[in-house]
Amino acid sequence: MNPEDIRQVLLEILGRIVPDEDLSALQDDVPFREQIELDSMDFLDIVMELRKQYRIQIPEEDYAHLNTMGGAVNYLTPLMKDVSAPA
Amino acid sequence: MKLRDRIVITGVGLTCPIGNSLPEFRANLLEGRSGVGPFETRYIGSVLAGVCRYDELKYQKRKEVRRGTRAGSISIYSANEAVRDAGLDWASVNKDRTGVYIGITEHGNVETENEIHEISKYNYDTAYWSHHHNPRTVANNPAGEVTLSLGITGPHYTIGAACAAGNIGFIQGAQMLRLDEVDLAIVGGVSESIHTFGIFASFKSQGALASHAEPAKASRPFDKARNGIVVAEGGCLCVLERLSDAERRGAKIYGEIAGYAINSDASDFVLPHARRQAECMKQALVRAGIAPRDIDILSSHATATEQGDIEECVAIREVFGNCEKLAINNTKSFIGHAMGAAGALELLGNVPAFQDGFAHATINLDDPDPACDCGAPQIVANRPRSLGQVNYILNNSFGMLGINSVLIVKRFTE
Repeated sequence: MNPEDIRQVLLEILGRIVPDEDLSALQDDVPFREQIELDSMDFLDIVMELRKQYRIQIPEEDYAHLNTMGGAVNYLTPLMKDVSAPA
Repeated sequence: MKLRDRIVITGVGLTCPIGNSLPEFRANLLEGRSGVGPFETRYIGSVLAGVCRYDELKYQKRKEVRRGTRAGSISIYSANEAVRDAGLDWASVNKDRTGVYIGITEHGNVETENEIHEISKYNYDTAYWSHHHNPRTVANNPAGEVTLSLGITGPHYTIGAACAAGNIGFIQGAQMLRLDEVDLAIVGGVSESIHTFGIFASFKSQGALASHAEPAKASRPFDKARNGIVVAEGGCLCVLERLSDAERRGAKIYGEIAGYAINSDASDFVLPHARRQAECMKQALVRAGIAPRDIDILSSHATATEQGDIEECVAIREVFGNCEKLAINNTKSFIGHAMGAAGALELLGNVPAFQDGFAHATINLDDPDPACDCGAPQIVANRPRSLGQVNYILNNSFGMLGINSVLIVKRFTE
């Protein structure tokens, strides 16, 4: 998966976790929590969905990388480079 | 403490397989419309069940539905409807003097089954077990979700009382009002049980799960051809207030809590016990200060199991055997057994009789079982019975481990 594929994956996951939010104008460098209603339990859902769907194990000390879209894409790019993009 | 405070019902919210409001529910009861249909459940396949079809998004965001439980969602819908129906100016209601007391048969099985199913896809690696599991399965979940939805900061908890729970929600609320713990109580019962395969599988193993080629005919209490329980989901929550508060704000009053009793069989895990059921009914009558002949409608608990129906009729015969005018009916014949919600739904399905003067029927009673003889009073079979003025309704709800609850509600008069 390339960075754009990963961004789409994250948007798809967010779409399910916070279905009431408009994700079309998410900014890359602003924390998710400042843009959408996303609490700590929702955040853990992102981690869980990546684990379930792509078998990506994210250690707790790395969670901070997922606070923004830009940070999450950068962090996940090397971890997901050999994962196929969803059809 | 004012232990003799009169307690009244001033708002009703409900969802059941034949209605998402009291008027809709009542109309379908009087028309004899069943809400039982085929339902797919995990591992078992097609079963018969009573399913609710309410608008989940009326009072919840999609995220709240996803995060919470079905029992929580049913509770939120019912509680919001009840508050709205009560005509309360919610912004001015003292939220720390409001309590939520919800009867449940069980809670947490749905979520636990779901998570075990989920981790089975990952070789039972518990790293895939959801962090939502604990907040979803704590026993107070349905009541807690109501407080989150309505901003209630007073006490909330559920009352685990098997299928006697619906009545006990009312009893608990009335007691808390009389103890001056709260000024407003949201009470009743809920059930999400159809979403656990376990309840169907367990009843099936027990030989107590109903089957019928025509789903609408599957739930047939007191009928010779009955063959078990149809499980249903649902919820019915009501606003209870002290009469003085209700009158001060000019509230509509559905009825008054007249008497109640709870007791235990102390005899068996599953088999009911007529003697204790009779004692429970008698105690409720004593507390209401009335005689058996004063009851107009007896809303029976009967679930359409072989022995359960007979035991209840033995108990009814003991207490009401010479009350020829008593109308005995059964709401489960329409919607199935809504477990923790059953007592509350069955009571409220009958409460409109104070206005319309009818006892709704017991449908599917085509061939009454002679063993279900209640003495002089007749079970209202297949068609509603016109009673004229209805003054008292007695509602039976019994549950496993031998828990019995009886609630008597009276027509409101000054």
